[in-house]
Amino acid sequence: MIKFTIDGIEVEAEEGQNVLQVALDNGFDIPHLCYHEALEPYGACRLCQVEITRGNRTRLTTSCNYPVQEGIKVQTKTEKVIRARKLVIELLLARSPNVPVIKELAEEYSVGTPRFSLDNDDCILCGLCERVCREVVGVEAISFLGRGSSRKVGPPLEINPQTCIACGACAYVCPTNCIKVEENENERTIVRWGRTLPMKKCKVCGRSFAPWFQLDYFGKITEGIPKDFWDKCPDCR
Amino acid sequence: MKKISSLQELDKARQEILDRIDPEKPVVTITSGTSARAYGSEKVIDTLRKELKKQGLTGKIDIRITGGQGFDEREPLVMVSPQDILYQQVKPADIADIVSETLIGNKVVDRLLYKDAETGETVLHKMDIPFYKAQSPYIFGNNSKIDPTSLDDYIAIGGYSALAKVLRENSPEEVVEMIKKSGLRGRGGGGFPTGRKWESCRNAPGKKHYVICNADEGDPGAYMDRGLLEGNPHSVLEGMMIGAYAIGSDEGYVYVRYEYPLASENVERAIEQLRTYGLLGKNILGTHFNFDITVSRGGGAFICGESTALMASLEGKAGEPRAKHIHTVESGLWDQPTDLNNVETWANVPLIINKGVDWYTSIGTEGSKGTKIFSLVGKVKNTGLVEVPMGITIREVVENIGGGISGNGKLKAVQTGGPSGGAIPTSLIDMPIDYDRLTEVGSMMGSGGMIVMDDKTCMVDIAKYFMNFLKDESCGKCTTCREGTRRMYEVLNAITEGKGKEGDIELLEDLSWIVAEGSLCALGQTAPNPVLSTIKYFRDEYEAHIKEKRCPAGVCKALITYSIDEAKCTGCGVCKTVCPADAITGKKKELHTIDPDTCIRCGACLAACNFDAVKVV
Repeated sequence: MIKFTIDGIEVEAEEGQNVLQVALDNGFDIPHLCYHEALEPYGACRLCQVEITRGNRTRLTTSCNYPVQEGIKVQTKTEKVIRARKLVIELLLARSPNVPVIKELAEEYSVGTPRFSLDNDDCILCGLCERVCREVVGVEAISFLGRGSSRKVGPPLEINPQTCIACGACAYVCPTNCIKVEENENERTIVRWGRTLPMKKCKVCGRSFAPWFQLDYFGKITEGIPKDFWDKCPDCR
Repeated sequence: MKKISSLQELDKARQEILDRIDPEKPVVTITSGTSARAYGSEKVIDTLRKELKKQGLTGKIDIRITGGQGFDEREPLVMVSPQDILYQQVKPADIADIVSETLIGNKVVDRLLYKDAETGETVLHKMDIPFYKAQSPYIFGNNSKIDPTSLDDYIAIGGYSALAKVLRENSPEEVVEMIKKSGLRGRGGGGFPTGRKWESCRNAPGKKHYVICNADEGDPGAYMDRGLLEGNPHSVLEGMMIGAYAIGSDEGYVYVRYEYPLASENVERAIEQLRTYGLLGKNILGTHFNFDITVSRGGGAFICGESTALMASLEGKAGEPRAKHIHTVESGLWDQPTDLNNVETWANVPLIINKGVDWYTSIGTEGSKGTKIFSLVGKVKNTGLVEVPMGITIREVVENIGGGISGNGKLKAVQTGGPSGGAIPTSLIDMPIDYDRLTEVGSMMGSGGMIVMDDKTCMVDIAKYFMNFLKDESCGKCTTCREGTRRMYEVLNAITEGKGKEGDIELLEDLSWIVAEGSLCALGQTAPNPVLSTIKYFRDEYEAHIKEKRCPAGVCKALITYSIDEAKCTGCGVCKTVCPADAITGKKKELHTIDPDTCIRCGACLAACNFDAVKVV
């Protein structure tokens, strides 16, 4: 067990854990947008910054990708931490002034109208969609494109992604809800990526429940599950 | 050439090469690096070969084609030895004269000599030219002695003797200790002690250890590494081999930026030659040392000069930095211990081994040892690559080597450290060039860019230029860097357009803080330097733009007006002829006037007027 303190309180963690996860598990409130416990930490949104003292050196750093170490001192509410959070929120708010989760953060941290011209982008480039697609689903249908201020997430060449199984995991993890999923009796569409796939009907109840392509893929990557498992909707299995 | 399979055979091979050289035989050396090629050096070489053939001199005179020799604005350079004459800015049409006058007639072609702009005196020998005289060319000087495509040339000047020396005499630990004692610090930007880096990497457990040469040189206006790789690739490779031996690595990579085709070609050829000679591969020089090197070319992103982004790119991923809570010397390329050093750092290694630690540490200052190559550019008379000892003052570089400010301007500032460095004002130019002093004044050593600015340079405009570069070259991962640099650019742009507001300076300082403190890699962490240093030393210029809507340097188009001085105008009409916007009216021999609404502030009239009558307010 590794022991260290967060805001003066001693906590315990296992080797390989990161500071943010341990802090959240112990009830500390650290805002974060690009972190998800099922995914590799990425350190892009810069909201989870804290001050960490190791030896005689204290510095501001992101907690999501900071590996726990014996004896470190983590501070989550110093003047510097709050200043950094407020500035990050101001930058995000100027980019995405109409995204509820950003507006809530701005309110919580008393960040008023940004001092810059306002854009209206609903994506904050946290990369959760890209990571879930690559790390969990394993199809890598989308990735980051471009760099600097023209960076965005999308399918290769920004055309209908051939490997996307329209599972919707990207939409599920998106903190700003900018990836919309539309469904009707016959098709499911991931609007942002321009992917539409036909749906399969449940062998038992006849309800459309998931894209054919997705069920085929799941059938291929899972072992020991009877083939007709994927012919039935979750309610009839 | 047969394989060199022992230390003795290397000595023998060197002697054989030296024996073949006739010191009496005339040699014509022509520079043909990227800069010289841009000036047509390949045609000059071609013309020389034909002319020698015509005169029946083929075989009687050697031609040596080298990389750049630093004085890029005077390329191509042609040197004739044994007389040691330097001709500059040589064109194909000059070749006939060089052959008939100098090679046959043993006379000097005066018009091709370097001429001092002030005294009008011509200079015969290279090392008497002020640009070269004040330099200490230990690393870069060998460019003039070798053809970069010839391993024999490099061996002839003592090449690979440093490698042989350590393989013969020193344990890897001793080599690490030597580099530590030499005080060598990274020449690529950070200035981290090289020996300590090697030691950490050597001691880190791993299946395999890698060494990397970072040749992804990307600072605007800086090309030291290109100069070395093009002109003397073996010096860099020898450094890598010594490093690999010290660290315990058997695999190395040279990561060359996409925009350097000649550097890639030369280093790839050099590696191929080493394999043929048996100097790369298994059991090098009959020892237990195994090592090989692969060249990898970048895709054109500035960020790939950052060590972790470079390693990601080498692994075939997008070039994006990762957090360095675990250092790359412990977990770098493919999660193995990896030592990455810059081109110039590697090139210093053979020099330290050959000349000894005591000699090396006698050059430089307390915390910065050896020499540094700078690319001296901007508003200075002599531009090019210069190698100077650490501790030399900025003034000595600008005035003695650079020859002072070009035109009739005055020195205003010197930017060191590229886009992540800072502008150093005239009041500080007597400070010595040293890693720590440069950082103290808000700039940095960086990779060695040195941009000289005169009083016609607007410091707000300069800050905007660098921020524009950085906002485009940020990988975009961190909110702080991606959004922060973009917003800083927006604020700076508004200021230069006359839309600056009270509080903009404070806003820039606020943004600078979060970009520097809140970003993951060195690009973001140092991105605000050009803004902070110009605010620190030239705050009055920012205030003039914001409060008085005035650009004191007369650069920002929205804030200046061109007019014609009634007392000076002779009515010659030259301004009217050159104006691309038809904004100037006036009859011959009468006062001309500029319509401010039509004027596009291009400055053509200012440049064309022979009577100093065009005013910028």
